[in-house]
Amino acid sequence: MILAQFLVLAAVLFCIGVYGVLARRNGVLVLMSVELMLNAVNINLIAFSAYLRETSGQVFALFVITIAAAEVGVGLAIVLLIYRNISSPDLDQLDQMSG
Amino acid sequence: MIAQNVVFWILAVAMVLAAIGVVRSNNLVHAALYLVVVLAGSAAQFILLAAEFVAWVQVLIYIGAVIILFLFGIMLTRAPMREDLALDNDQRLAAAVVSLFLLGVLSTLLIQAFGDSKIDITGPQGSELVNNGRAGTLAESIFSTYVLPFELVSILLLASLIGAVVLARRD
Repeated sequence: MILAQFLVLAAVLFCIGVYGVLARRNGVLVLMSVELMLNAVNINLIAFSAYLRETSGQVFALFVITIAAAEVGVGLAIVLLIYRNISSPDLDQLDQMSG
Repeated sequence: MIAQNVVFWILAVAMVLAAIGVVRSNNLVHAALYLVVVLAGSAAQFILLAAEFVAWVQVLIYIGAVIILFLFGIMLTRAPMREDLALDNDQRLAAAVVSLFLLGVLSTLLIQAFGDSKIDITGPQGSELVNNGRAGTLAESIFSTYVLPFELVSILLLASLIGAVVLARRD
């Protein structure tokens, strides 16, 4: 196996995640796209860990997984608050601060 | 080597199609289920790279916990299940252009930098790789070199979970 095939797969997943963050208007779907991007980073870390025969990459992948779990918890709580305040999870309707 | 490559490409195609399903699906629950396919595929890629412990953590935390959180989020925000309510905004074209441009730049750069680097998983290097992915080796690394980041991450997790409860609580 060559290293670049894992890196390009991760790049494809990351770019799909970028598309999702930019093009979705539902808050839950934006968070799902962020998860896609974080997961792409994990694939990169594990691939480099195997390439360099180094455990550190896997430890950092574990940290990224932990932080992704924390981020989803807080993010969904925020989406829930948005839903309670404007009765819709639509992020495009959040224009109360535009004056 | 051939068998690993075949498995890699099958998984990669499934993951990319499911990822496109996540960002294109008109049904929120279907998007969450497509996300399960992507995450399980990457757990399988981790096993292919002999990162056994991280693969099982991925299955437990991501597929077990994060997807359940997403499904609860979908239920609590009473997501529109009808097809006519758009889940996408009107900047889809710009988003596609940006992400394709990013993909072009990233993949050119990565192929030029690492195009001929091989991951050797046969012979003695392979057993070293398997040993690196074991829980014991990772635990030694976490609790010696990375003990301070580990403690910081646990404080962060505690703080964010308390924060989530405080945010979502009805007064």
